[in-house]
Amino acid sequence: MNCHYARSGLITLIIVLLAFPLAVLAQDKPSLMPPQDFIAFDTPNDDGKSISLIWKASESDREGVYYIIYAATSSKGPWKEQYRVLSTTRFKSDAPQYFGLSKDNEKWHFYEVTDINENPLSITTPTYFKLAVTDGTNTIAFPGIALSMPQGNWFDTSKINVLVFVIVFSFLVMYFISLARKNLNLFIRHIPGLDAIEETIGRATEMGRPILYLNGLLDMSSLSTIASTSILGKVARKVANYDSQIKVPCYDPIVMSVCQEVVKESYLEAGRPDAFKEDNIFFITNDQFAYAAAVDGIIVRHKPAANLYMGYYYAESLLIAETGAVSGAMQIAGTDSITQLPFFITTCDYTLMGEELYAASAYLSREPLQLGSLKGQDFGKGFIILMLVVGTIVSTIGYPFFVNLVRTF
Amino acid sequence: MNIFRRTIPLIIAFCLGIVMIFRYYVPHQSAEDLLTKYGEWVRIIGGFSIVLGLYSLFFTHYTKIKRGMPGWGYSIFVFIGFAVMVFLGLIKEFETFLSIISGKLIDVTSPFGSWEKSLTGTSYDWIYQYIFNACGATMFSILAFYIASAAYRTFRIRSVEATILLLAAVIIMIARVPIGGLISHWIPDLADWIMEVPNLAAKRGVLLGMCLGSISTALRIIFGIERGYLGGGE
Repeated sequence: MNCHYARSGLITLIIVLLAFPLAVLAQDKPSLMPPQDFIAFDTPNDDGKSISLIWKASESDREGVYYIIYAATSSKGPWKEQYRVLSTTRFKSDAPQYFGLSKDNEKWHFYEVTDINENPLSITTPTYFKLAVTDGTNTIAFPGIALSMPQGNWFDTSKINVLVFVIVFSFLVMYFISLARKNLNLFIRHIPGLDAIEETIGRATEMGRPILYLNGLLDMSSLSTIASTSILGKVARKVANYDSQIKVPCYDPIVMSVCQEVVKESYLEAGRPDAFKEDNIFFITNDQFAYAAAVDGIIVRHKPAANLYMGYYYAESLLIAETGAVSGAMQIAGTDSITQLPFFITTCDYTLMGEELYAASAYLSREPLQLGSLKGQDFGKGFIILMLVVGTIVSTIGYPFFVNLVRTF
Repeated sequence: MNIFRRTIPLIIAFCLGIVMIFRYYVPHQSAEDLLTKYGEWVRIIGGFSIVLGLYSLFFTHYTKIKRGMPGWGYSIFVFIGFAVMVFLGLIKEFETFLSIISGKLIDVTSPFGSWEKSLTGTSYDWIYQYIFNACGATMFSILAFYIASAAYRTFRIRSVEATILLLAAVIIMIARVPIGGLISHWIPDLADWIMEVPNLAAKRGVLLGMCLGSISTALRIIFGIERGYLGGGE
């Protein structure tokens, strides 16, 4: 009898011991819950090619649990499975460009639908969506249908901080231009590279050798080329006054035409139209290394007294500037190509870095209106430095709101 | 005359400048279409500009030959190279034309290949690959010697700045070759720090200035304050 009780007790113990972990496991994996608050809407801040689907994250979300998105072009179907989303992925917080940086975004799933059955979404009729959740054995559907139609948006709200900064900065520049109109004496810091241009032209005149001027490798739609042609105008005017020669080998035919016009006008303004030689502004090629070889040849054969490299450059920068340095020419470079700056710094006597290239035309012209814009630019820089300091301090003490304020998407 | 040389270009610059600024904030497809259209215009104008470029190139070299200027002999090769490439290109075009009108399939095994399918294996391609590209690669490879020469001149210790530059360069150079890591793991770590902290900070500083400068220059161009690119400053 005792043996019987002992056996029964042992079996009960084994059952309890086996059941306990199962109960614990059952507690770890909550039963599958139906999806909640499933909504479809036009994706904000986009070009009108997608629909966003959102639904609340659930306690039953875990590895192995998937959400299934079905779509149809009619509310009556036929419904076809389109996407299968792992329940631990795809949150609204993954797309701050659409939903901002709210903490609440981590509680919502998000899926951006761009096509149905590999066809683009219709922009004239709505697309219908159903949602279900499955763990491989059970599948529970959301009790309802969501529908939406994509629409192109006319303003990207995620870029509003950029717009505000551009407007503030533009007003700052315009304010200083209006100050300059009133003939206030604006102080502009000296840029040694630009101050040296006069000396360079004088040297070339004394030596009886030409000045070589390059515009970089970009076309006329580039800001650095526009800045470069503006500087060329100022340089050509000084060259005409000194009765020296300027040679402009061009990489782009349109840039060549613009340069011919700019130099011609400068000679006219200087009262020396007879001294202008159109042949001195000529096209070489629009192949990078062929251009470098040709310019090197010009430097070696004509031995210009001064070389001015203004504009955007690539790997040919050192090939040209080093040849110029070896030839003994005085060299001034100005570029907004950060990767080529070290090469110019090592080979040229003066280098204009980035914004100094853009400022050069205004600096050389000494026109109050242009100088006003430079002053505004300097204040803009001061404002950015202030923002950087404040942002660093605020972020360091644990408040990310300032960084979020200036975040771009 | 001034209206065509100044007023109309300034109006075009103002209108297109404003449109292009706002295009950045408009995600709508029409804004994207506008940019595509703009790209097409640029390409069309670029196509016509080749004529300008060719005229300038030929005129320069013709003048050199005519006047017997130093190095005029090299100018002959401009005309020879141009003639050869145009001839090979036209022959190919002619062959393609004949194939189309005779209704025959284009023989891709012909020495000139086919424009439609591929230029690979054609004489045109051969010259491009084995003469033109090879010359370009030669120029590019010379860069290594130019870097050494420029570095030697720069690294001569003449000032505190040059000394700092030399030290930083030596650390980076040693760290970027296998022996750097073998000497000590501190060398690659220090090189990474130099690249990621002081170097990146300086780069970002230049970039910030550039961005502000470009906005300021764009405003000067849009509002017609900067008009040097039109020729003349006034």
